[in-house]
Amino acid sequence: MRPLDENETTVVFEKIFKFVGNNLKNIVENPSHEGPEPEAGRYCFRLQRNRVFYVSESLVKRATNISRKNLVSLGTCIGKYTHAGSFHLTIMSLNLLAANAKHKVWLKPTSEMSFLYGNHVLKGGLGRITDSIVPGDGVVVFSMSDVPLGFGIAAKSTQDCRKLDPNGIVVLHQADIGEYLRDEDEL
Amino acid sequence: MVLTRSSKKAPKPQTPPVKNLSKAQTPPLSKAEKPQTLTSKKGAKSQKKPPLKKQKKDVIVVEEEDDDEEVSDVESEEIDESDDGEKGSNGFFSDDDGEELLNDNFLDGSDDDEEEERSDSDEALSSDSDSDEDDIQKESEAIDRAKAKEEEDADAELLDFNKEDGPEEHETFRLPTQEELEEEARGPPDLPLLQSRIKEIVRALSNFNVLRPNGASRKECVEQLKSDLASYYGYNSFLIGALFELFPPVELMEIIQAFEKQRPTSIRTNTLKTRRRDLADVLLNRGVNLDPLSKWSKVGLVVYDSQVPIGATPEYLAGYYMLQGASSFLPVMALAPKENERIVDVAAAPGGKTTYVAALMKNTGLIFANEMKVPRLKSLTANLHRMGVTNTIVCNYDGRELPKVLGERSVDRVLLDAPCSGTGVISKDESVKTSKSLEDIKRFAHLQKQLLLAAIDLVDATSKTGGYIVYSTCSLMVAENEAVIDYALKKRNVQLVKTGLDFGQDGYRRFREHRFHPSLKQTKRFYPHVHNMDGFFVAKLKKMSNMKQSSEDDDEAVETVEQADVSSDDDEEAEAMEEMEKLSVPSKQPKENKERLAKSKEKKKGKKDGKSKSKNVERKPKKKRSDWKKEIAQAREEKRRAMRENSKGKQ
Repeated sequence: MRPLDENETTVVFEKIFKFVGNNLKNIVENPSHEGPEPEAGRYCFRLQRNRVFYVSESLVKRATNISRKNLVSLGTCIGKYTHAGSFHLTIMSLNLLAANAKHKVWLKPTSEMSFLYGNHVLKGGLGRITDSIVPGDGVVVFSMSDVPLGFGIAAKSTQDCRKLDPNGIVVLHQADIGEYLRDEDEL
Repeated sequence: MVLTRSSKKAPKPQTPPVKNLSKAQTPPLSKAEKPQTLTSKKGAKSQKKPPLKKQKKDVIVVEEEDDDEEVSDVESEEIDESDDGEKGSNGFFSDDDGEELLNDNFLDGSDDDEEEERSDSDEALSSDSDSDEDDIQKESEAIDRAKAKEEEDADAELLDFNKEDGPEEHETFRLPTQEELEEEARGPPDLPLLQSRIKEIVRALSNFNVLRPNGASRKECVEQLKSDLASYYGYNSFLIGALFELFPPVELMEIIQAFEKQRPTSIRTNTLKTRRRDLADVLLNRGVNLDPLSKWSKVGLVVYDSQVPIGATPEYLAGYYMLQGASSFLPVMALAPKENERIVDVAAAPGGKTTYVAALMKNTGLIFANEMKVPRLKSLTANLHRMGVTNTIVCNYDGRELPKVLGERSVDRVLLDAPCSGTGVISKDESVKTSKSLEDIKRFAHLQKQLLLAAIDLVDATSKTGGYIVYSTCSLMVAENEAVIDYALKKRNVQLVKTGLDFGQDGYRRFREHRFHPSLKQTKRFYPHVHNMDGFFVAKLKKMSNMKQSSEDDDEAVETVEQADVSSDDDEEAEAMEEMEKLSVPSKQPKENKERLAKSKEKKKGKKDGKSKSKNVERKPKKKRSDWKKEIAQAREEKRRAMRENSKGKQ
C-alpha cells in the first residue's frame, strides 16, 4: 500500500471531477469518524495492487502492519488501474459519487432493469435530468425513488436531449450495480 | 371404514312420539335447514354438520332413543373425510358428552330424513311434556345404555381407524432377523417398510417397558433404528450416532425431519442506508410477501414468497438489505459492538456478520475482516462495498496468525464464527450428512481451540468498553461447542457471560462422560425443530486480565493442567502443539511468559508454583505422558509442602 504519486493523483482527481465538479473539495476534506479515535480524521487515497482506495487516515495507520500480500481492501475501493495504465472508476465508488454528484439522471421504472443489465440509457427511459449537462460530463444514474443505480458519461447536452428521438442514447453506461451479480469476479 | 360403519347402521326403531310431533314444529328449524342444502360434500350426510354447530346452544337433553350409532357414525365419517381422518375423529370424540347428545338430537336422522331430524330436535325441545313421562324415562335410560355402548364401539373403531397398523399388528412387531436384513440389503431399500419400522421402534423406545418388541434388548432396537434412519434419510452412521447421543428418539425424529426442509429465507435491513419499514414498503410494492422476522430482531424480515428474485432486486444491489439466515443475526447481537471500537472478525466471508457489525457501529470505529480462503475474499469485499461499509480493512490471514500481525491486546471485541462441521445447517447442505466423520470433528475441534485462543489473545482486557469475545458455530456437536469453550476457560483468563439472547436452549454443562465448567450454562444452543432456524451455538466470553496463564490459585492451575491431560487425547495434543508453537515462536515469548509468571509470583503466595508451572510448560512436549504424570505428582507434593510452610510461616 502506498500513497498515490503526482501523476496518479491528478488522473484520479480528474476522473472524479467529471462527476462531482467542485464537490471534490468535499470528498477530499471530509471529516471521517472511522477509526477508534473519537476525533475525526481525514480521508486519503492509497494504492494497493492496482486499486485505488479512499480511506480515512486512522485506518491507514492501522493497516500498515498487514503485509502487502495479505492486505486485500481498505475502506472504499474507488477504481483500478488497467494493465495499460489507464484508470477507471468502478461501481464500488458509487456511494461516494452519488453523495456528491453534480449531474444526475433519473430513470423511469420500466427502464431500470435495462440499465442494470449494462445497456446505455435511452431517451425513452429518461424520467428527469439535471440542467446544464455538457457532453462528456460524468452523470450518476438514479431510479425514480432516488436509489443510485450506476454512472456513465453524458452523450448529449440537456438541450439536445429534449430534441432526441426516444431511441437516442443519452448516457453511455460505465458502471451499474448489476455488476455485483454479473461481474463478481471482476470486482 | 365406510363398510364397517354402515354395517352398524342396523335401523333402530324410531320412537313413535318423535314422528307425531314432527309437523308441528318444523317452521323454527327451517332456517337451520338452509345451510344443509348448501354444503354438498357427500350427499345428505355432510349437510348435518352446519345445523349441528348452529343450534348447539338450544338443545341440551337427549330424550329419545335415536339411531345413536348411525348418528355418530355419520358425524365421524364427515369429520374424517373433511379433516383427513385422524385428528378430526379424535377431536370429535373427545368433545363433551353434551355435544354428542346434541348431535344425537339433531342427527336423529334415521336414514338421513330431514323431516325426521327436525322432528327429533323438536321432540327434544318439547321434552318437558308431562304426558308420557314414564315412557320418556324408560326411553331415556335405554338411550343412555345404548349411548354408552355406542361410545365404546366408537372408541374401539377410532383406535382402529387411527393406527395404520391395528392393535393386533403392534403386538406382533418384532425386529427383523438376520436373514430378513440380508434380504433387504440385497435389493434397493424398501422405503415404506423402513419408514414404518422407524415409527414402530421410536414408539417402542419411548415407552420401552411396556411396548418392547419380544425378545429384543434396547440396544438392538437402537441399532436397528440407527441403521434404518441412516438408509432412509441418507446419513452416514457416524452422524446418526452423534445425533442419537444428543437427542431422545422422538426429538431425534423431529430434528431429522426438520433437516429435510428448508428454513425460511430471511433478510436483514441495512440500517446504514434505510429503515426496516421503508424497505418493507418498497419490497411489498415489488411483490414480495414478507413479515418482520420476530420480536428479538429490529432489522430482520422473513420472506415467504416473492414474484421477483429476492437476491436480485435493485434494492438488494443498492445494498439496502442482505440475504442472511436468522441464526446468523445471533452472534452479532451477542457481540453488541459499540461505536468507535476496534473489532476483529476472524472468519468474515461472505460478510453478512461483518456488515451487520458495521451497521451497528454506524461506520465508526474500525473493523478488521479476516478471511483465510482467497476465493471467498471477493464476495467479502463485494458485500462490504455493496452495503456501504467504509470502516473495514480486509486481510487474508490464517486466523491463528492474527495476534502476531495485529498485535496482542490490540482490539476491543472479537467475533469468531468458527469453521465447523456444519451439522446444524444440514438443511442447507445435504452433503454434510455423508461426509463428516469422527476424524473431521476432531480436526475441527482442534482448529477451533487454536482459533479461540488466538482470538482471546487479540483482545485487550483493559479496554474501557469492550474485552469481549463471541464464539459461534453452526454445528450441534458438543466436541465443537462446549468442549472448545471449556478448553478456553482453562487456558486463558476468561469468563463466560450472558449472551444477551433471551431465547434458545442453554448449553450442556455435562454430556456423557464430559464434565464442563458450570458457567457453560450461559452459552446458548439453537435447534431447527425448536426455533425454526439453523442449528447454532453462541458463547460470549469476557477477558478478565491479560495474563496468558490463568490467574486462579496455582493449585488449580496445575490441576487444570492435569485435567487437561486426563481428559480427551485431543486436548493433550492441542496443548502439546500449542506449547510447541509457543516455543518455536521468537524468543521474546518465553521471556514474556516468564515476566508474566514473575508478576504472578509477586502477586500470589507460592513462589515455587510459578517455577514448577513454567517447567511443566516447557518440558511437556519432550516427555512422555507417564513422565508428565510423575512430574505433576511431584509438583503437587512440592506445592503442598510449600503451602504448608507458608501457612505455618503466617501463623
